[in-house]
Amino acid sequence: MTKASASVEGLIAGLADVGYIASRRIATALYMALHLQKPILVEGSAGVGKTELAVCAAALLGLPLIRLQCYEGLDESKALYEWKYGKQLLYTQVLKDHMGRGLAEAPDMESAMAALHGAGDLFFSEPFLEARPLLAALRAPGGAVLLIDEIDKSDEAFEAFLLETLSAYQVSIPEIGVIKAIIPPVVFLTSNNVRDLGDALKRRCLHLHIPLPDQALEERIVAARVPGVEAALRAQLVAFVQAVRGMDLRKLPSISETVDWARALILLHARALEPQVVRETLNVLLKFEADIAAVEPRIGELISGRP
Amino acid sequence: MSDVGRLDPPPMQHALEDFLRALRAHEIAISPAEAMDAHRAAAQVGFTDRILLRDALCVTLAKSAGDVGRFEACFDTFFARSTGGRGASPREGAELSSAGVFDLEASLEAGDAAALAEEMEAAAARVGASDIRLASQRSLMTRRLLDDMGLRTLDSRIAADRAAEDAVARARAERLAQRREELFDEAGAFVARQARLFAGESGRRMREQILGRQRLTALEPEDVAAMSALVRRMARRLATKYARTRRRARKGRLDLRRTLRRGLAHGGIPFEILWKSRKIEKPKITVLCDVSRSVASAAQFLLLFLHSLNEAVESLDAYAFSDHAVCVNDLLNDESVDDATALILDRVGFRSTDYGRALADVMAQNSAHGGRARLDRRTTVIILGDGRANHAEPRLDLMRAMSQRARAVIWLNPEPATFWGQGDSKMDAYARFCTVAKTCNCLDDLERIIADVLRTYVKP
Repeated sequence: MTKASASVEGLIAGLADVGYIASRRIATALYMALHLQKPILVEGSAGVGKTELAVCAAALLGLPLIRLQCYEGLDESKALYEWKYGKQLLYTQVLKDHMGRGLAEAPDMESAMAALHGAGDLFFSEPFLEARPLLAALRAPGGAVLLIDEIDKSDEAFEAFLLETLSAYQVSIPEIGVIKAIIPPVVFLTSNNVRDLGDALKRRCLHLHIPLPDQALEERIVAARVPGVEAALRAQLVAFVQAVRGMDLRKLPSISETVDWARALILLHARALEPQVVRETLNVLLKFEADIAAVEPRIGELISGRP
Repeated sequence: MSDVGRLDPPPMQHALEDFLRALRAHEIAISPAEAMDAHRAAAQVGFTDRILLRDALCVTLAKSAGDVGRFEACFDTFFARSTGGRGASPREGAELSSAGVFDLEASLEAGDAAALAEEMEAAAARVGASDIRLASQRSLMTRRLLDDMGLRTLDSRIAADRAAEDAVARARAERLAQRREELFDEAGAFVARQARLFAGESGRRMREQILGRQRLTALEPEDVAAMSALVRRMARRLATKYARTRRRARKGRLDLRRTLRRGLAHGGIPFEILWKSRKIEKPKITVLCDVSRSVASAAQFLLLFLHSLNEAVESLDAYAFSDHAVCVNDLLNDESVDDATALILDRVGFRSTDYGRALADVMAQNSAHGGRARLDRRTTVIILGDGRANHAEPRLDLMRAMSQRARAVIWLNPEPATFWGQGDSKMDAYARFCTVAKTCNCLDDLERIIADVLRTYVKP
């Protein structure tokens, strides 16, 4: 464990160094996860930096990031392990030839069977195991950061199947037995709340809800991600986004949209928010035609900050 | 952290247990395993940094965004009280109680706020103030608390002093009486906080249980808001359950025939496994909801329920009817709950019912040519209404056609079955064409029956 993880303040500073501006609660959650060795379930609307948190935590801790994207129909052969069928097939061919020669000298059936049982059975053994993300994370020699992205998109069966991995940091493979983690990985699960997760899963995790940030925090995030933007413009554009979030829209802009918008404004060499520039770049910030139509007539008042 | 941990771990651990109990009263489910996690988390961060403790406990215990809000409110209320008594002079308080004598009179006279607060906590523990369940128990609990602190002795002392000849004693009595008033206020506030922490939610839950059994047609206006929340939660619960059964049916099985055939390419070794997937018929629900005058008070809840269900169930076809029927899918999809309800009631609400006309409208919109023809063998029709046709032509032929075309027709009637067929009710006639016809006049009924319907008739 690195020096940064010894305290919450250390984590905030460390995450800032790798480009993630964390609120105190986020840092506390990470601190607890590291010290209690529990997975973190990160919830929040799209684009508030759930996945980014895992990526930056991996960078901070100096561990490899292993990512598992969930989707409907994801099963253990894609998440945990798969047998290398081709190689197993070759192995049986080789074995057949090899045994054929050995067995040809056997005088009768019984001794042939004895010779067969005497040979080591490697058909189901670790060399033939193709490690998928979960197993790879458990077997990483120096530990790893495991990101299980959008767990709410997976089936309930898969969620139940994750429980063993998340609470005991081990997996059971019927043909081999239990494989335990060398060093328990730091696990992040993210969810967009497409469906309610089971209580069993929630109980095993620390829960972190990342809300949309306030003005000060968002300004710092923009400053960290888009260093080229001037302080005045930054304050102005963040204030604009904050005001837009107060409106009744289908999809509120989140942090990633603010950052994209800041980048777009820099590309256009904007020095201050002008109604014209805002109108042209509104599609970066808002993703639905109806939302753009709702915001467009109010651009002037949103920029000035007066109703 | 080590400092506090070494000096008095039992009180802090005890406080944490109390806090967990308060959280449970605020509808944050905390299992024993989570309680252990909380203790581990607290041991990790210590009790000195309040914000750190709050965040650490929050990530351990609050399991959803809603939980977080409730957690923070509860944390602030709970630990607000610890600052006065324990924080100020814990040693002094401990000495007092270890000596075994707490003199209410002396403490009041000396104005020893710390000792008083300390004693109030102790007395609260003795009389079980945290067992308070209803806000109405507050005054009783305050009285018990003060009695335990020695109020009776104080009262008689003040009375005696007042009666005394001595002017000094009388002045003393007035001073004590003044302080006694302050003590009343403080004890009242203390118990109120306890009630907020431990009783607030159980009272609400009781109210909701009663509301669930309340007849939809006889609701008080002040219950409307609570009822709306209840309906929404119920629809959410049903939708989750319903989605689960559908997903389970999507799982496949080994397709032996195709696997073997594919294996021929590899020398007969079946090393590419193929799965049979069961074809799923997407279940469809068509709901006809009566919003006429006779069911006016229930109508907005039924619509609210329809709106919530629409958010969750994929293919829901909804009609509202009184003297004619209109398709309200677009309204349910595009408008907010309140707007949709208002618009629907505006369009068709509160008129007298004409079941025949309404059925004709629905069937016309579902006719094979021109209409959307949603009504077929995969559709379950749910009708919510009282079956009172106002002596108009009931159009039983259309009802028959509907029951022949649909997978099932379920009629939920707010009137008890003994009224069916009485007066202008054509329910007994309609009931013949229904797969199920049931009385349903409160929210609990509605939930149970709809759950049954989803399980029995809609399962693919």
